[in-house]
Amino acid sequence: MLKPPENILTVQNMSVEFPTLSGVVTAVRNVSFSVGREKVGIIGESGSGKSTVGRAIMRLQPPQAVVKADRLQFEDINLLTVPEEQMLSVRGRRISMILQDPKYSLNPVMTVGEQIAETVILHERVSKKEARQRTLAMLERVNIRDPQRVFDLYPHEVSGGMGQRIMISMMLIASPSLIIADEPTSALDVTVRQQVLSILDDLVTERNLGLIFISHDLNLVRSFCDRVIIMYAGRVVETIAAADLDDAQHPYTRGLLNALPSLDHPRDRLEVLRRDPAWLEN
Amino acid sequence: MTMIKVDHLAVSYGHGDSLLRVVNDVSFEVAKGETFGLVGESGCGKSTVLGALAGRNRQWTGSIRIDDETIGQKRSISQLAKQQMVFQDPFGSIHPRHTIGRTLLEPLEIHGKDNRQERVEKALKDVGLPLNFRYRFPHQLSGGQRQRVAIARALILEPRILLLDEPTSALDVSIQAEILNLLKDLRDREKLTYILVSHDLGVVAHLCDRVAIMQNGGFVEVATKAQLLADTVAHPYTRVLMDGSRGYVASRRPVGVRAP
Repeated sequence: MLKPPENILTVQNMSVEFPTLSGVVTAVRNVSFSVGREKVGIIGESGSGKSTVGRAIMRLQPPQAVVKADRLQFEDINLLTVPEEQMLSVRGRRISMILQDPKYSLNPVMTVGEQIAETVILHERVSKKEARQRTLAMLERVNIRDPQRVFDLYPHEVSGGMGQRIMISMMLIASPSLIIADEPTSALDVTVRQQVLSILDDLVTERNLGLIFISHDLNLVRSFCDRVIIMYAGRVVETIAAADLDDAQHPYTRGLLNALPSLDHPRDRLEVLRRDPAWLEN
Repeated sequence: MTMIKVDHLAVSYGHGDSLLRVVNDVSFEVAKGETFGLVGESGCGKSTVLGALAGRNRQWTGSIRIDDETIGQKRSISQLAKQQMVFQDPFGSIHPRHTIGRTLLEPLEIHGKDNRQERVEKALKDVGLPLNFRYRFPHQLSGGQRQRVAIARALILEPRILLLDEPTSALDVSIQAEILNLLKDLRDREKLTYILVSHDLGVVAHLCDRVAIMQNGGFVEVATKAQLLADTVAHPYTRVLMDGSRGYVASRRPVGVRAP
């Protein structure tokens, strides 16, 4: 089987609810999956709850949200009961998150070098000098040619692709064991996307991490990840090895695949997805 | 029959020292009923070409002929009605505080058309929306429905040409399929000519007969649909974009360089 014996993260029957004035909205319902040292993709359309899953694992959901689960285990930590103070040493150090658009997720009034160094200074209490050395090495690792110069730039002075590489170096500098990447390349151009993904791919393989890759792009997830979790309306409808995606069983997955215009399988009309209310029962 | 003929088009923004030439010496022809694609990465000038064709950008040189009329920098109202644009993000391109009916009426008022009620109803029917949607506001519509409204607004002036600027890139895959099917049906039924700007070669190959690949304000290649599907494109940059549309290609080679 594809799944390695050692799980970094185990999620069992997780639900995320948002109480609103007009009743409780269940964004994620009874989701179970596990992540080992592998690349797991979560695919879904907007509103399917895929980002909410990522945030719930990081415990970054808004305070009114209610997360329920039978089990939410990250390595030796029970994410359901761990106090917030201890969570501070988990977030960024052991689990980190790469967000979609570096333009909005980097701090605009801090140089990129300071932002990356901050992570190591906070989590490993190293000296400023050592943090700078580590940052420069990390920047070099993500193929930034002139780290000395880039260290002192502000986020608005770097391109989108470089911004995302800076983000990756910030997230990896404390050597986490799990990375959650929420649409990390959606804001990037095709050629830049390839570069960023191959850096991410190399680092994940080299450091033997677990990666949760949240995306709406089927082709991308299929070619980048080892396993794919398909979400629909807050539920996991199917979990399948990326290589077997063409043999997916669930009608929703099949519908998504057929709705995709493709260079390799041209068709005159694209299939329109028919949503079956039965998919909402589980 | 040629619908659009563009010769040595150059488009720039700004004046004096800050003059920036965005499109450089671009020439192409689009036949009536054909769909011509423009593909490239951000900043390559693909939307600017569209802007010049639509009459949004008047700072261009070269010659543009549309429907056997030479177009000048200033156009008559009927010339402007001949081509209409559909924008990328239906959240941004439709007035949030106007009802759909009012949004659709506006071009009719500007162009002084008669039978406005019938035209609004026909436009809604054309894009497959129920007639009572004219009383709704954009926030009461889904993304796909909103993009249908944007298409209806472009169609209401009975243009010959639709200029589509990334019409589906803000939509989910399943909704994208609906809109692409709709565009295909409309083209065949109304004998429309399309120019489609996109960054996704999959979408372009689905809809277009020919595709121009743009880089730094110029065309690097004009490929036919058959060439794209058979993977016989000539330029390496086109190939890079095609790989991108297929997903992630694990490679140790620097991007843009392919093994022989």
